[in-house]
Amino acid sequence: MLKTKFGFLFLLIFLLIPTPVLAMHIMEGFLPVKWVIFWNLVTLPFVVVGFIRLQREATRGPGAKLMLAFAGAFIFVLSALKMPSVTGSCSHPTGTGLAAILFGPFITTVLGFIVLIFQALLLAHGGLTTLGANTFSMAVAGPLVAYGVYKGLQKAGVSNNFSIFLGAMLGDLVTYIVTSVQLALAFPGSSFSLSVLKFMGIFALTQIPLAISEGLLTVLTYNFLSRYEDAKIWVEKGEH
Amino acid sequence: MRTFTNIILLILVIALIAVPMFFVKGEFSGADELASRVIEKQDPNYKPWFSPVWEPPSGEIESFLFALQAALGAGFVGFYLGYLKGKKEGKNANRAVGLSNSFKEN
Repeated sequence: MLKTKFGFLFLLIFLLIPTPVLAMHIMEGFLPVKWVIFWNLVTLPFVVVGFIRLQREATRGPGAKLMLAFAGAFIFVLSALKMPSVTGSCSHPTGTGLAAILFGPFITTVLGFIVLIFQALLLAHGGLTTLGANTFSMAVAGPLVAYGVYKGLQKAGVSNNFSIFLGAMLGDLVTYIVTSVQLALAFPGSSFSLSVLKFMGIFALTQIPLAISEGLLTVLTYNFLSRYEDAKIWVEKGEH
Repeated sequence: MRTFTNIILLILVIALIAVPMFFVKGEFSGADELASRVIEKQDPNYKPWFSPVWEPPSGEIESFLFALQAALGAGFVGFYLGYLKGKKEGKNANRAVGLSNSFKEN
């Protein structure tokens, strides 16, 4: 009981520690007002459902809170690792794939959402006005794809490790593709599709090697986890 | 076998990071900074209409916060995995003690 409380306290500490990440998210003030409203409205239902599920999950027997804190901590580490890419610029992985596979996409939305709030408030990374858009790309679209790909491949009989790898990798990549589309929608210039390509050239291209790294690290961490705990139980017990 | 797989995975991750770091010449600035340059080109009249509420006062402080975040995150990941390992080994040890006690009774 004490340990569970300790774990939850740890989660809280993580969420209160500012997160200086320099290389993804749409910057403060960089989305026109109508898009700010649009992305906030689109993202809101996911956050609400996520909060309800998170509360239910946290009371799901011993170990649930610790496991949630673990998935949150993984997002923290990975989103702190700004890595160099072959394009000569830097970006960071999202870390949301593991949480999405263990707890489903909605709970992951909340974990990512909280990280983004503190980044916006304390690190001038991302922003309050762009919070809705950034939550949608990193904590809604990414986890949904990671979860969908993982479940689909599992049903198709693909090995667990490879399903995790591809799920986490594509979830990471989609986050940045969505960011590119969001920016292109707001700044289409002369042609929307050309604009998408320009932004993808920056975000998505840089992200490819990092997405592969995220896939590999997620498999590694899941392997460690399942050595001591039946992680599959968490995957299957959840109602997601 | 599992340990072997994990070592291979780790080497791959290190290679993916090390290769661009040592062999690619570039500014290695953040992708978001590059994006703001494209926005300027796409719409030269656009002015960001909101600025961050607070910014870390210097690059040093920013990297301090960054290192702290990674350390705490990794710390908890390690703590949790260690906790699970200890729990499992404790269970196994208890079972072994229970078995040897029941042998003594017979």
